[in-house]
Amino acid sequence: MTAEVQLSSLYQQLILEHYRKPRNRGDLPDHTVEVRMRNPTCGDDITLQLKVEDDTIADVRFTGEGCSISQASISMMTNLLKGKKLDEAESLSARFTEMMHGDEDAAKDKALRDLRALAGVAKFPVRVKCALLGFDALQEAVRRERE
Amino acid sequence: MDAPTTTRPAPPIKAYDVDRIRKDFPILLEEIEGRPIAYLDNAATSQKPQIVLDAILRYYRESNANVHRGLHELSRRATDGYEGARVRVADWMGASSPEEIVWTRGTTEAINLVAASWGGENLAEGDEILLSEMEHHSNLVPWQLIARKTGAKLRYLELDDEGRLRLDQLPGILAGGRVKIAALSHVSNALGTINPIDEIARQLHEAGALLLVDGAQGAAHGPVDLAALGADFYAFSGHKMCGPTGIGVLWGRAGLLEAMPPWQGGGEMISEVERDYSTWAALPHKFEAGTPNIAGATAMATAIDYLEAVGPEQILLHEQDLVRYAIERLGDFPGIRLFGPENPAERAGVVSFTLDQAHAHDISTILDAEGVAVRAGHHCAQLVMKRYGVSSTARASFYLYTTRDEVDRLVQGLETVNTIFGTP
Repeated sequence: MTAEVQLSSLYQQLILEHYRKPRNRGDLPDHTVEVRMRNPTCGDDITLQLKVEDDTIADVRFTGEGCSISQASISMMTNLLKGKKLDEAESLSARFTEMMHGDEDAAKDKALRDLRALAGVAKFPVRVKCALLGFDALQEAVRRERE
Repeated sequence: MDAPTTTRPAPPIKAYDVDRIRKDFPILLEEIEGRPIAYLDNAATSQKPQIVLDAILRYYRESNANVHRGLHELSRRATDGYEGARVRVADWMGASSPEEIVWTRGTTEAINLVAASWGGENLAEGDEILLSEMEHHSNLVPWQLIARKTGAKLRYLELDDEGRLRLDQLPGILAGGRVKIAALSHVSNALGTINPIDEIARQLHEAGALLLVDGAQGAAHGPVDLAALGADFYAFSGHKMCGPTGIGVLWGRAGLLEAMPPWQGGGEMISEVERDYSTWAALPHKFEAGTPNIAGATAMATAIDYLEAVGPEQILLHEQDLVRYAIERLGDFPGIRLFGPENPAERAGVVSFTLDQAHAHDISTILDAEGVAVRAGHHCAQLVMKRYGVSSTARASFYLYTTRDEVDRLVQGLETVNTIFGTP
């Protein structure tokens, strides 16, 4: 695959659209859990807030900043999370991680919805951690919520 | 190549034959996707000329043995190479004697050595260590560690809007009479700023304080003249100046080094060892515990030979010419913000920038796909990033083999960024 083809698979329109107009961005005053996650190598810094009721994610917001991949990934993730049980959120997180490690079945899994646009990131190993930043925050939030 | 539309580039320096220099660096022939690599990440590490690669191989093929202990021929050769390299470094920078040259793993280890050994002995509660917002983490964290241990306090020189040290703050800070040592960079790795070390050293000495210079970028991008700089310690790395990784130098005034306690214990640094105590070897071996990087030291001397043959002043002028050219080409690029002094004469070959339309990480990925290597991130200088309210920048950094053509490829790559991300 040439560099140009790889680049266009990385920067799909859907990703750029989420980067420019992130969903669920802002503060969630009645959140039940909040996690700040940073990527020390590149300076990406995000805060994820969840409002969990009866083991279900009733609402979610994020703030912070980072590259197009981290921001688009978090934006897509928040869209997916609303109304999901914590168990479901965890299994989506695992599925997405599989996709980031090059699993082609995961890349076709409709449950990931918009996040499938990020499948091309798997070809850019140094960017995988950008795409996983939001999910790292999610996993930590779920862990804390269960404590 | 597209010519810039608005400004006319200054004519390139004459008599500096960059094409001939490039032939000395085999890695520059590497291709990415059928295109030669444009290596613009020299502030991170430099490439190595063939003679340095040969020096490493020759050492292991012809001289490899441990130094200072064997009475056999190979040990003599290894010791001659290692100590000969020390003499070479001492001559090159104008040290009073080779005993003032301590081999380290690099700049970071050299600074840690001074912070722990000199700082541990000389700092106490109420004392102050002067740093700046410009410093690389390797010239911040060692001082934070020793400050915590000794109770000394950290003070900071701030940066002005162009990335220069706020020297107007210096007299006020020194007036307190508490600063015992300042640790400042010769050249900023994140901004390219060249600091007026001589003037700073003068003021510090008048106030009875010492000056350690982080020369990681300074030694690579221009001549080092200890007499002119007037510092008390100077730390630098081989790998940023055409030498191998894992070797560096701490230069210190002999009197200061004499009075400092050893930093690490082990073989090589002792005179006599008893059950409960030992006596130390003389300078500089007191600070060189364990088998050193013999090949690295030898090859670093070769790198110095090489740089001196090209001419350090010429190299700096070449870098500044490239900075001028890059700023001309990038100055009115859509969405760009350039960091560092506006006057190229005040900086070495570093151009740090952001684009409104794309994050530095995305810029670097797109440039990489076009064979252009830059660094994106905080450049281990988070205080610089905080000063200018950014989380990261993209940084193109030049060296003796960098060409205007490569700067053009950087600009072309940024146009691809615009194609993908749009313009603001």
